[in-house]
Formats: sequence, C-alpha cells, structure tokens
Amino acid sequence: MEPTTTTTTTDTTVIAPGHTFGSITDKIASIVLGRRTPLWWYGGFLIAMGGTVMLAIAITNLVVTGVGVWGNNQPVGWAFEITNFVWWIGIGHAGTLISAILLLLKQAWRTSINRFAEAMTLFAVACAAVFPLFHTGRPWLAYWLLPYPNTMNVWPQFKSPLVWDVFAVSTYGTVSLLFWFVGLIPDLATLRDRSQTRTGRIVYGMLAMGWRGSARHWHRYEIAYLLLAGLAAPLVVSVHTVVSFDFAVSILPGWHTTIFPPYFVAGAVYSGFAMVLTLVIPVRALYHLDDFITMRHLENMAKVLLVTGLIVAYGYGIEAFMAWYSANLYEGFMMWNRITGPYWWAYATLIVCNVLTPQMLWFRQVRTSPLILFGVAIIVNIGMWLERFVIIVTSLSRDFLPSSWGRFSPTFWDWATYAGTIGLFLTLLFLFLRYLPMISIFEMRTLLPEAKVAEE
Amino acid sequence: MRRSALYGLMAEFEDAQALVAATHEARHAGYRRMDAYSPFPIEELHEALGAPPSRLPLIVLIGGIAGCVGGYFLQYWAASIAYPLNIAGKPFNSWPMFIPITFECTILAAALSAVLGMLALNGLPMPYHPVFNVPRFALASRNRFFLCIEARDSKFDLEGTRSFLEALGAREVSTVAH
Repeated sequence: MEPTTTTTTTDTTVIAPGHTFGSITDKIASIVLGRRTPLWWYGGFLIAMGGTVMLAIAITNLVVTGVGVWGNNQPVGWAFEITNFVWWIGIGHAGTLISAILLLLKQAWRTSINRFAEAMTLFAVACAAVFPLFHTGRPWLAYWLLPYPNTMNVWPQFKSPLVWDVFAVSTYGTVSLLFWFVGLIPDLATLRDRSQTRTGRIVYGMLAMGWRGSARHWHRYEIAYLLLAGLAAPLVVSVHTVVSFDFAVSILPGWHTTIFPPYFVAGAVYSGFAMVLTLVIPVRALYHLDDFITMRHLENMAKVLLVTGLIVAYGYGIEAFMAWYSANLYEGFMMWNRITGPYWWAYATLIVCNVLTPQMLWFRQVRTSPLILFGVAIIVNIGMWLERFVIIVTSLSRDFLPSSWGRFSPTFWDWATYAGTIGLFLTLLFLFLRYLPMISIFEMRTLLPEAKVAEE
Repeated sequence: MRRSALYGLMAEFEDAQALVAATHEARHAGYRRMDAYSPFPIEELHEALGAPPSRLPLIVLIGGIAGCVGGYFLQYWAASIAYPLNIAGKPFNSWPMFIPITFECTILAAALSAVLGMLALNGLPMPYHPVFNVPRFALASRNRFFLCIEARDSKFDLEGTRSFLEALGAREVSTVAH
C-alpha cells in the first residue's frame, strides 16, 4: 500500500519531530530509572496516601460496627456505595476503549496515552470493587457469590443481574490486567537492560520474563495483543451493560428502561475520557511530555468527550420524553420528582455539568487550551457522579407507595469512604508513574518513520 | 552429541531495513537455525525467517469455545440439577438469563488462552538465554537490530558464517557463548 500524505501527517503530529528510537527510549525510561524523585511527587503521594489511610479507617469502622455507619436506610438501600461503584467502573471504560477499540480502528494517536489509560482502568476497577464488597455487610463471606462446591449444597442464583455483575466485573478486571501486563513486557525488558541498579535489574528482569525481542516472539506477541484487543472491545461494552441491568431488570420507575444499556455505556466512556484528561493534563505538564502527548491528543480526547456527552444528553432527553409519552403515572412522577423533588439540586447540577458545560468543546480554542479542558473534565467527573446519584437515590427514595417513601443523607463515613477510594486511586497512580513506564516505549518506536520497512 | 561452547554468531545492524535485508540474505544462503531481534515488532522479519504461521489463534478459539460451553453448562447444571429454584416462575433452564455469564466466561477463557498460549509458545518465562551473554545485546531493547545464526545450523562454519555476516553490512559480529 502506498503511504498517503494524510497518514504521514498523522504520524508526525502524534509525536514531535526530531525523535529517534534511542531518544524515545531514554526520555520515557529516565522517568522511571532516574535516581531523583521530583519533590511534587512526594507531596502528591503523601496526600494520596493520607486518603488511603482514611479509607482503611472508614472500612475498619464499617466492618467493626456494621453497615449502619453509612446513611443507607429503608427504602434507600443503595446509595453512595452503588453510586461510587458505578462511577468508578465507568471511569475504567476509557482505558479499555483507548487501548482496544482505538487499536482495532488503527488510531495511531492512542499510542502515547494507552498505557496510562489502562493503568487508570485497573486502579478504577480496584476502587470500584471496594464498594459492593463492603456493601454486602459481611465481606468475609463475599466468596459465596462465586460458584464453588460447598458443604451447604447451594449455588449462586444465575438469573440475578447481581451475579452477572460479579462475573462481568471480575472478567473485566482480569482481562484489563492481562492486557496491561502483556503491553508492558517489552518495556520491562527495556528497563531491565537499562537499569543501573541490581534491584532494578532483578525486579524488572523477573517481570520481563526473559523477553529478548525475537522476531518469532514478536509475531506471536502481536497476534496475542490483537486478539486481546478484539476480546476486550465487546467486553467493555458488556460490562456497563451488565451494570445497567442491575437497574433495568428491576421494576422501579426510572430504572426499568430499555435505554439503560447504551446510555450507561456512553456515560461510562464519557466519564472515563473526562478522567483521562483530568490526569493526563497535569502529568503531561509535570513530566514535560508535550513531545509525546501533543495538543492533537488532547483535542481528540476532547472531541470524544463532546460526542459521548451528546449521547448522554440524548439519554436524558429520552428519559424525560418517555416519562411523559408512556402516560405511566409512576414514570411521570419519577421525572417530576427528579426536577422538583428534594433532590432537585442534584438533577439541576447534573444537567449543567453534563449537558451544558461540554458544549464549550465545540470551540477549538477550548479544546486546545489545557487549562480550560482540565476544568471541563473536572466538571464532567462531578456531573457523572451526580448522574448515578440521581438515578439511584431519587428512584429509591420515592417509589410507588407514598407511605414507604424516605430520604437519604450521607454520613461522615459515606464521604470518608468515597474520598478514601480517590486517595487509593491516586496512591496507585503515583506508584505507577514512578515505577513503570507510563507511555508504551516500544509502540512509540513504531510511530517513527524509520520503523517502516519498505518491501523490496 | 557434545554441546559446543559456542551458541552462535551475532551480527548487529543499525536499522530495521538492514536487518530485514540481512535476514532475507541469510535464509537465501541456506541458513535455517537463526533468529532476528528488534526493539519493536517488524512484520517482515517473521516472513524473512520463513517461520511457520502461529497456532495461537487456534488455541484462543479452543479456549473461547471451552469457556462458552463451560460457562453455560455451569449455570444449566447449577440452576436445573444441583440446586433448582423457582425464580419468578421462569423455567429452571432459562437460557436467555444465562447469556451474560456465558459471554463473560467465553471472553475470560479466550483472553487467558491468548496470554498463556503466547507465553507458552514463546517459551517464556525463560530466565537464561545465551544471547544475553553479548554485552551489546542490551541495545536490542533500545535502538539496535540483531541477527543471530546458531552453531547448530548445518551450514554453520565459524569463519565462513562470520565473513558472510560481515559482508551483509553488519556493524559488528560477535560470538555468542553458551
């Protein structure tokens, strides 16, 4: 195939000109292998670690006292923890989308952000897993969710979406970990070969498993990577679909809708890209990675944010429309309650955050200004959290019978657990930035024109 | 047969194009037991080495089918035979309700087969390999390209192969000890 001018320009804008195989390797590896840890890293890590400690305290208190320390009640049995669970799982989706779906679509710009986004996925899934685990009330019996032969002679109830969720989320976590680790192997070999310390050589050497870059190995490696991408693409769509089934399969007004699976998947990608932007913009500035994470990357991510934001806005529109068009008393009330009920402020803020704010992204000046983009991303993160809060709490607090209505207000421990998982997420992220290459070195090498071999 | 102290001869090249050309030449000259090393995947190299197509896709397919059948059977057996429960009046074997988990099991088994299959076919983890005895081989994971012809090759001859590799434009040819 003749290389066209378009592909040439594409390749040069995703990486600044003047780089060689050596300079790419040195630049990315030096962040990990450099002896000096930047001061801001210590500061950030300390704050993040504080959050993790708070999570440990919150969970200890929960386990010792009971789930009553949270604000959950009857009828609002699902509140912060399920909101946070769905929020975190959604954030994870951008990682798989960037690494798998954009790989299959041959989007070269994914290369410098995929490793970072995949790590973000793993950490988000880890944070998400905390909530359903401790929401069970007796987390030490959580393994009862898994099918295994036991002396009680009972088996999981496979017709329940909550059991589907266990399988979907654990498969997602496992496949994301495999994908991330397989991608890391050649880079771990690079670190092994370049490390100046004995510990570095041993640790990276063990992780690289003796990778030596043999052509036969690369061939199988490429097949495995592509197949993993092909498997992860439908998987990522299925995960949030199954999460939405937790709601859609029930009969509660506001939950029992067929639009939930696509609307949840779009929302997940939306929140995930917002989180990638939230993290990439400061990291890019702090590590001076403008050569590898160019304005083109930020702009493309902003465009994905805009598109998924519009899909989500369409979802909100259809929800409101169906509430009226169905002529169902309870559906109609659900929508009216969202807009004017006790949680009206959450719904109003959510519309401002998720529907109005991203409209700024129509403008190129916004998409190419990292600071404004960072602000938009933060607002979308908040909006997507509120979306799940509104869906869960407004529907549960006022369902069919007014006699069984209630209210939910979060306790200190609700907030502490939520903030604690953000701390855990950032702690893992800081460790990742320091000890593993945050940009795929070998894939960056393939972007250089010298990497192309002409057929004779 | 006594294992010789020599693993083979390794030639270093400056760029990908030279390595692919040299590999083609070596195969053309009749060398078979050799391998090429590069810091990133080069599709043409595998072809130049004349290596057979990989069995990995078949392994993944089998893994996926096993996961699919196993996942469905697990649910069928648990819900219809081992522990039948009446859930909302649905039949014990309600296949549409079993699809999500069947799908997840398919993906999980296929992904595990892809990764473990790739590692197994590549013979990884491998803590020791003779090519690492060449100090400059550390650059194979940075920016250099290597071709190693093994001493086991029937055409291998220390002097002859060395001059052959040098004639291909190698930057340096070094012996690889076991």
